[in-house]
Amino acid sequence: METKETVQVNNESVFNVTDLSVSYGDFVAIKNVNMDITKNKITAFIGPSGCGKSTLIRTFNRMNDLILGAKVNGTITYQGVDLYDKMVDPVQVRRRIGMVFQKPNPFPKTIKENITFGLKVNNMTDNMDERVEKALTQAALWDEVKDDLNKNALELSGGQQQRLCIARTIAVEPDTILMDEPCSALDPVATKKIEDLMQDLVKEFSILIVTHNMQQASRSSDYCAFFTTKTSDDGKRRTGELVEFNETSVMFTTPDQELTEQYISGRFG
Amino acid sequence: MENKKDLRSQLTKTITRPVEKIVKFFITASAFAAILISISIIFTLLTEAINFFQDPAVTFKGYFTATRWTPTFQNPEYGVIVLISSTLYIAVIACLISFPLGLFSAIYLSEFATKRTRKVIKPVLEVLAGVPTVVFGYFALNWITPNIIQRFIPGTGVFNALSAGIAVGIMIIPTVASISDDALNAVPNSLRNGSLALGATRRITSLKIMFPAALSGIIASFILGFSRAIGETMIVTIAGGQYPELNLDPRSAMYTITSSIVNVSLGDTPHGTTAYNALFALGITLFIMTFILNIGSDYIARKYRKEYE
Repeated sequence: METKETVQVNNESVFNVTDLSVSYGDFVAIKNVNMDITKNKITAFIGPSGCGKSTLIRTFNRMNDLILGAKVNGTITYQGVDLYDKMVDPVQVRRRIGMVFQKPNPFPKTIKENITFGLKVNNMTDNMDERVEKALTQAALWDEVKDDLNKNALELSGGQQQRLCIARTIAVEPDTILMDEPCSALDPVATKKIEDLMQDLVKEFSILIVTHNMQQASRSSDYCAFFTTKTSDDGKRRTGELVEFNETSVMFTTPDQELTEQYISGRFG
Repeated sequence: MENKKDLRSQLTKTITRPVEKIVKFFITASAFAAILISISIIFTLLTEAINFFQDPAVTFKGYFTATRWTPTFQNPEYGVIVLISSTLYIAVIACLISFPLGLFSAIYLSEFATKRTRKVIKPVLEVLAGVPTVVFGYFALNWITPNIIQRFIPGTGVFNALSAGIAVGIMIIPTVASISDDALNAVPNSLRNGSLALGATRRITSLKIMFPAALSGIIASFILGFSRAIGETMIVTIAGGQYPELNLDPRSAMYTITSSIVNVSLGDTPHGTTAYNALFALGITLFIMTFILNIGSDYIARKYRKEYE
């Protein structure tokens, strides 16, 4: 992707989001989002349930296309290219912008096949064994599974499964990883491992993570976006909005917005 | 003390609830009726079949090795292999039609169709399942045979295995499609998303991830379809003919187990004769075949349900 002729707001940013809103039929899930996501940093999305943060993260690799009736307005540019341009192929987008889901979702195949599937799909069939080892090592799983590569992935523990899903994602060499509450189904030990892993991975990848866990956001992210739901005047519709987007260290010490302070201090949400 | 006694009498069974008992009786009776009916069917089949094998003209060996099924002839022969092979032959033709078509429609419905197309196609498939088999039978005899088979394959008889097999195949497409569709829908959506998020196309996702994950359910649908093809009666009786000798030419008539049962029971074969008792031997043969297949499909379906619990 060498399309550099488009104006970039910030040389460092990987995504520029402008006036973005996402709706499902009549229901507006999130609106008026403006933000620049910095390259090789961890950006966390926090906020109460239903604030549209999961919806938002799915717009970055066009996974929302798969939900019937989902409509995206506004623009997201990825390294200067409008992701929702008519000519953009969502399959190509997803090859560059990987995603790890809330619940570990390994394929019911062997550990090795879980990784080689993505490699084959992306025509990366040279040195497959090396690529498998590299991805599993990067995902801090190699030592645990190197002797059982042909074991069914469903036999792994939840935390191992999630690291396998991360390995599978990084094996195809994306430059960004989207993580939608990757630790919500895991215990604290497994969560810690994933958080440590994120610190390693961020040297190579840009990471966006949705999390319910405020400590996780404050511990592991560089930037933090706080969303909340606003109820419409008639009280019937709830729409997510971006309240504050800041460096994590700033947001968790001296937030700009009253609402943010209330949320991170646990007074609502 | 007084109070306690009062409570005890209140809690004592004094009220009889006749409606409760009547309803319970009928519900229990209905549940047991099904079992009772099955047992009596098997019992009748067995006793009459035993009568059949007690005729000195019939031997187990002859039953399984003779190559003619001619119970009403002067020198009767009871080669069930003729009927079994015809039955399987037509069932296999039916499977060659219904497995791919049924499976592809299931993959289309669950992976590619929009909600709106799905809303149209599902009911149409169900209509196909509701067409009486006698209609399929005459469709095979009066349309498929003259317009397709005889036009493209010379030397085909009016009654032939090919046309009957094709019609049976069309008949079981909905069975295969609907059970395979259920199996594909039972695969968690998260697997589909995981594959698509890796940059896999819809085609690769459906063939490499969804299909293998639903495989046991799909196999169960195949077995059930096969079992329906074996038990199918009307179509093969109308369009398949009654050729009583061992024969593997799809252009000629064949003689399935079911159509020979129809034939004997509709004809003027007297009660109690060996030819009449042969019906029951055939009945139990067919019963065993479909029973094994149904159990197999049930076993596979249950095994696959465990995977995602």
